[in-house]
Amino acid sequence: MTQKTFAGGLHPPDSKQFSAHKPIERCPLPAELIIPAAQHIGAPAEICVAVGDLVKKGQIIANAKGFVSVPVHASTSGEVIAVEPRLHPMGRPLPAVVIKPDGLDQWDESLKGNDPEQLDVATLKDLIRNAGIVGLGGATFPAHVKLSPPQDKTIDTLILNGVECEPFLTADHRLMLEESARLIDGIKILCKVLGISTAIIGIEANKPDAIDFLSKECAPHKIAVQSLKVQYPQGAEKQLIDACTGRQVPSGGLPMDCGVVVQNVGTAAAISDAIRLGRPLVERIATITGPGIKEPKNLLIAIGTPLQHLVNQCGGLNGEPAKIIMGGPMMGQTQLSLEVPAIRGTSGVLIFREQDLPQMKASPCIRCGRCISVCPIHLQPTTIATYARLELVDEAESYHALDCIECGCCTYICPATLPLVQSIRHIKGGIMAKRRKL
Amino acid sequence: MLAAILSIGGIGLVAAAALGVAAKKFAVEVDPREMAVLEVLPGANCGACGLPGCAGYAKGVVEGTIAANLCTPGGAETVEQIAHILGIEAITSEPKVAVVLCQGDNQKATAKYRYLGLEDCNAAQKIADGPKACPGGCLGLGSCERACPFGAIEMTAEGLAVISRAKCTGCEKCVAACPRQVIRMAPLDAMTHVLCNSHDKGAAVRKYCQIGCIGCNICKKTAPEAYVIENFLARVEYQHHLDAAVAVEKCPTKCIRDFSTGYPQGSSFPPPTVPLKRDAAV
Amino acid sequence: MNNQLYLSSSPHIHSGETTDKVMRLVIYALLPATLLSIYFFGLPALSVLLICTLGCMAFEALGCILMKQPQTLKDGSAALTGILLALNMPPSSPWWLSLLGAAIAILIGKQIYGGLGYNPFNPALVARVVLLISFPVQMTSWTAPTPLGSGIDAVTAATPLGEMKTAVMLTGKLPELATSGFTDYFTGNMAGSLGEVSALALLLGGLFLLLKKVISWHIPVSFLGTVVIVGGIFWLVDASKYPNPIFHLITGGLLLGAFFMATDMVTSPVTFQGMLIFGFGCGLLTVLIRLFGGYPEGVSFAILLMNACTPLIDRYCRPKIYGQVEQKA
Repeated sequence: MTQKTFAGGLHPPDSKQFSAHKPIERCPLPAELIIPAAQHIGAPAEICVAVGDLVKKGQIIANAKGFVSVPVHASTSGEVIAVEPRLHPMGRPLPAVVIKPDGLDQWDESLKGNDPEQLDVATLKDLIRNAGIVGLGGATFPAHVKLSPPQDKTIDTLILNGVECEPFLTADHRLMLEESARLIDGIKILCKVLGISTAIIGIEANKPDAIDFLSKECAPHKIAVQSLKVQYPQGAEKQLIDACTGRQVPSGGLPMDCGVVVQNVGTAAAISDAIRLGRPLVERIATITGPGIKEPKNLLIAIGTPLQHLVNQCGGLNGEPAKIIMGGPMMGQTQLSLEVPAIRGTSGVLIFREQDLPQMKASPCIRCGRCISVCPIHLQPTTIATYARLELVDEAESYHALDCIECGCCTYICPATLPLVQSIRHIKGGIMAKRRKL
Repeated sequence: MLAAILSIGGIGLVAAAALGVAAKKFAVEVDPREMAVLEVLPGANCGACGLPGCAGYAKGVVEGTIAANLCTPGGAETVEQIAHILGIEAITSEPKVAVVLCQGDNQKATAKYRYLGLEDCNAAQKIADGPKACPGGCLGLGSCERACPFGAIEMTAEGLAVISRAKCTGCEKCVAACPRQVIRMAPLDAMTHVLCNSHDKGAAVRKYCQIGCIGCNICKKTAPEAYVIENFLARVEYQHHLDAAVAVEKCPTKCIRDFSTGYPQGSSFPPPTVPLKRDAAV
Repeated sequence: MNNQLYLSSSPHIHSGETTDKVMRLVIYALLPATLLSIYFFGLPALSVLLICTLGCMAFEALGCILMKQPQTLKDGSAALTGILLALNMPPSSPWWLSLLGAAIAILIGKQIYGGLGYNPFNPALVARVVLLISFPVQMTSWTAPTPLGSGIDAVTAATPLGEMKTAVMLTGKLPELATSGFTDYFTGNMAGSLGEVSALALLLGGLFLLLKKVISWHIPVSFLGTVVIVGGIFWLVDASKYPNPIFHLITGGLLLGAFFMATDMVTSPVTFQGMLIFGFGCGLLTVLIRLFGGYPEGVSFAILLMNACTPLIDRYCRPKIYGQVEQKA
């Protein structure tokens, strides 16, 4: 099969060998689950339980607030022992519900499965929303919003993101190998909701087993499997669309502006559960890996499980941790402690020791242009970063700073080890602030 | 030889004539008062007046679109000179100075984490609300130092911003540059300040800072007029600042500083003289 | 444990490629040409090389101290400038000339602008041109190659380009050496500055840089291509007056310039499109200066002039960003 790709990007060592061959393992419940109300892009959900309440698995504990918002559910049955701000992956204490599991892991009886063939599109969308489905690739954008394009946009293609271009992470890879039935069912539901028949699963060529297996499984269902060149950030929405369809999302626009909806493979599988079994999003697959972990694994975790518990499941820490990263090494967020819970967007937990960290001693830009040649958006990161340093907001804007997807390629390649992404992010804030003022 | 002299001279004449015509034809009318005002402005283009540069401010003042007393760096003298040029009455405001309300350098205050990346307080503040355990303390990455047009701010070796009361002109650039609002404006003659910016309870403050305000009320008991406590943080009432100095010795954490005894530890500035008046003041 | 953790903005891994490494690779790429120049010109060449390199390093260290900047001696850029400067000097240069060159290159060409990354002109070329204009006699006293161990005393000789210029000016016709003897030029058996002599060694180094992806093909290809095409047009017009484009290619400092000087990252454009324009400008100016200018060799002037255009080129050559074109669908 020919491997498609996009212009730009680079190929960091993929480091997936630590966990790619490990089957998904169910992680036992921890002593307490910390379930934050803010787990998606958009308005945080509103907590609707109080201390002392007994909750069932799948019961709503926080209601959606606004259209770009989804409810949050209890990940197991048990007692609410606290409703208070707890340290959130964002790096500060945010409102959360703390549940002490009763060990029975009992589903809420009111949750019932449906046959998607029998339901109309509006009901399907409601079910997806009420199940709290968000993009599981890491961005956690509510799925129902992407599935509700305005009247004037025609969608003709659904792309399933099975690229997993972030080094170290293997959760989607394992899901595609082990959960193909749920994945395919979810794709069919998504196609029905969007009223289209073209679905493409994009997979990076470093997962040949998944490509072969899914090609075979998908053949009877008219779902295409597209092999993609191993090139970071192949899994970024805009780059994936370019690679699979040759279309480009207009600057400042959304995938729906070029007729495409992109969903992560994990999201599709979760949608299948939400409709067929009536089960909301209360667990996900995450890769616990990195040189600071004794035994890297792919775990099926209950949302709200503290990272410390996950690390314990993987043989514990290997040496003194120096950096805890939620997500992948290119775009993941560093964490203050292992007390923070894994949330819906936690595709992986990566732990580095002091000796695994790159030596980043920033020196002056030598204008080598490498950042420009690797930028998948074809920006000039060094120029924007220079303007950022000088706080020249208008100039940075004219160099399209807002189009930056913060993939990290420029910082990764920079021989002067400048924190280019951070500078650009900084000036993006400045541009947004200026726009708000106008 | 003669031809050369004539041709060069000719070119000179033609060019001079062209320049003369251009100067007349494209002349820009400038109010002479505008030039005079520009003359008396400090010329730092600091933006304290709210306009991008001194020329813009001079134009605004002469046109009457902006108040004549907004040049804080120039101080009272500049205001009076402008008033004299324009023939209006001078309304001078009390001279102010910027103060860093924190003494928690890397030795005295603990960190939540070790920060790697851009040497910029605003960038660091975006990562888990900044590396300092104290939510209000100086981050020490020098954003204010870089923002200061007058070189009045220095960073101590232990990462604390200190503002020279002699060099500060009160332009407030540093106030805008600080993501944690540690820098506040205060009257120039007020020498005693509570150098802490944490509203946490005393027990919490003690955990992360040796020199933070714990809201113990001792200063208020010593000088009731001069201090107020808001949300576990003491603050000097500047209209009674002369009474505030008596509490400096009583403060159990030494977070109250009388600047006439010198700047916070690690500063290289010479102690300010009291009472300090800006040299421009009349 | 908590305050021992590092937090930072993403990404959390790095390619490991650093400025020091880039500089080191360029120095490696210059080794064949450097060694060959020592072979052809013997001890004088070695002394020029040592004085320039050590001089540049010393001035770099001094510059950092004077400017109160962090010491940048270790990044290798000063050593590289020194080697490049040496390769641009005649082998018979007196010691003071080399040392002066080193001082000009580092202090005037680089440090006063703020050091590495901020200099608008290639420091080694700045030094070469200043010396060429200030000390024309010493800078154009060439010696014929006297390979090590040959026992021949150095004799003065002219560079092929210099001889061509003199002959064309006097007789209006190309001398014989501009139409034959290309094999000698290719291997380096001719008079010239240290680094001008061997096309073969420079090509090897250039290929190494391309393979290691230290430089991209854009500048060398457009620079050399322009020289061949523009030189070729003149040659086709009048072969008795204008030399063969191959002669252009393998004599003088063209290959050194195209692979090592014009590709200096700090002073060349950052985008591929800009690099192509930059190379084209260098090539055009080189040919024009060689054929019609007062100096026999024009590579250094051409590159410096284009260095001056770099900010302008950068301003107008911006890559087209993703999604900038409206979709047809």
